Amino acid sequence: MSNSEIKASSQTLETAKTTSSFSNVDPGKVIRWTLLFLGGVVMVMPIVFMISTSLKWPHEIYELSIIPKEPTLENYIYVLEDGRFYQWFWNSLLIATATTISAVIFDSMVGYALCKFKFSGRMFVFVAILSTLMIPTEMLVIPWYIMARDFGWLNSHWGIMFPGMMTAFGTFLMKQFFETVPDDFLEAARIDGLNEFQIWWSVAMPLVTPALSALAIFIFLGNWTAFIWPLIVTNSPHLYTLPVGLTTFSVEQSVQWELIMTGAALATIPTLIVFLLFQRYIIRGVVMAGLKG
Amino acid sequence: MATVAFKNLVKAYDKTEVLHGINLEVADGEFVVFVGPSGCGKSTTLRLLAGLEEITSGDILIGGRVVNNLEPKERDIAMVFQNYAIYPHMSVRKNIGFGLRTAKMSKEDKEKRIEEVGAMLSMTELLDRRPAQLSGGQRQRVAIGRAMVRDPAVFLFDEPLSNLDAQLRTQMRLEIKKLHQRVGTTIIFVTHDQVEAMTLADRIVIMRDGHIQQVGTPTEVYRHPANLFVAQFIGAPSMNLIPGKLVAKGIELDGGALVPVTPIGASANITIGIRPNDLTLAEEGEPALLEGQVSVIEPLGSETLIYVDIGQREVVATVQGRILPKLGETVRLNAPQDEIHFFDSDTEIALKV
Repeated sequence: MSNSEIKASSQTLETAKTTSSFSNVDPGKVIRWTLLFLGGVVMVMPIVFMISTSLKWPHEIYELSIIPKEPTLENYIYVLEDGRFYQWFWNSLLIATATTISAVIFDSMVGYALCKFKFSGRMFVFVAILSTLMIPTEMLVIPWYIMARDFGWLNSHWGIMFPGMMTAFGTFLMKQFFETVPDDFLEAARIDGLNEFQIWWSVAMPLVTPALSALAIFIFLGNWTAFIWPLIVTNSPHLYTLPVGLTTFSVEQSVQWELIMTGAALATIPTLIVFLLFQRYIIRGVVMAGLKG
Repeated sequence: MATVAFKNLVKAYDKTEVLHGINLEVADGEFVVFVGPSGCGKSTTLRLLAGLEEITSGDILIGGRVVNNLEPKERDIAMVFQNYAIYPHMSVRKNIGFGLRTAKMSKEDKEKRIEEVGAMLSMTELLDRRPAQLSGGQRQRVAIGRAMVRDPAVFLFDEPLSNLDAQLRTQMRLEIKKLHQRVGTTIIFVTHDQVEAMTLADRIVIMRDGHIQQVGTPTEVYRHPANLFVAQFIGAPSMNLIPGKLVAKGIELDGGALVPVTPIGASANITIGIRPNDLTLAEEGEPALLEGQVSVIEPLGSETLIYVDIGQREVVATVQGRILPKLGETVRLNAPQDEIHFFDSDTEIALKV
């Protein structure tokens, strides 16, 4: 075989390889990956745009380029030097943390009782709690407002927090999780002399830690980003939460998008930290909530 | 240690009665095994004794004291569950010590007691491990340890060996028996496995459909079953049952063979029972009780089970030795007359000769 022949045949082999590797591609896989990629872009673009806008000068924000022409940290300096940001941040943190602790405790307590105690009317109570999930927040804010007004809770941290101190979703989630705890554990503890509260706290609760973590994250994120209710129930700026506070950057004549986006970018930091710390629980929680639901 | 007594114990769920008046006395330090098929009420009886369910009527006494309305923790009992129920989020030490949480003991005494129990169950090196790092047998031992640590008056075991593999089950069975011999505490043990019942019990309580069928030592229930159910339930392989009719000379079996015995109080229809190991191959020329063709041969090593078609039914015989009949061969089987059991076919009750 001559050299040229060898070269030619190796080329043929290469072509054959390429063709065969193309023919091996599963079209279903291509479609799946394309859809996933597009979905990813749709999810990520607002975040990219938020960060990009926060690094732009005001005259540049209506140019839809992703990379700023003259990137600046001026917006961050402005927002962080403006003392209000820290107050909003603290309010959000306080409200989200308090609500999370309260909801995790009460949701799991009610969920446990509905799951493990046999009493008449149990299903009725459960269905009644579940049915509240079908009422949108927008419909609830007026009765909440009237209640807060009558109790004198308007313009207070407690006024912002009280509707979220216990959640129907959390109760449902925890009830479903407690179903997975075998009764033998509880009975063993009962024989060992624990009272019902101790059984719930020191036996049942540690067995549903993944669910508790997932619930805690859901509730924290939900309250951290809550907007409508905190906006309605407060009108003193020192009580504003971050999402409400950020709206003060838009005034009648103009909207300072660069400052709103900067504040929003800063506000995502705690949620990112929470997510990174507990991501395996969030994912497991979502998967399990899906399975149980 | 304490005695246990059930007096006319009835349990009903809504209108369905599942226990129909159980009466039983358990002596101090006795090892009593409740055995029966699923749904016979054995676990319910145990749960009622533990206080995990409320009784409908009757009395339960522990150490002579009526405990009907006492909480589980007030009954001075400890229970080992089928799925161990050891807490996965606690170390072995904490699991074992869990039962002492509410005990009025100093921290040092509790520690000492945990170490003692750990040593008794050969688990000293495992005390700081988590349950996930233990094998099934070790987990069951932790569960037993948790029960032992409180030194209760009565131990309750609810099918504790069901989740273990065959080899481990035999080993744990032995350990439970040794444990009982050492501590001497009254034990009530529930199982559906008649081999466990036979090997462990001082006395066996055989239950069916919420009724006690028979109470007796393993030998008693094996050698003198009270009725057809007990005869079939106790012993592996099960007793062969062959229906027959009372005739002038004795009992004529379905296949035509005659058993020249008339039991006391026999009615027209009689069922005879012969344990597989009481059936022997008849010598040539010797009159035989049963005759049929070998349909299946199951070698077990030390002995062989042969299934023989006799008319429309099948009997099983345990054959020793190396010379065995072949598949399809016609064999003749005999049994010593005093090893044949007689039952009234209608009432299923055992008849005396």
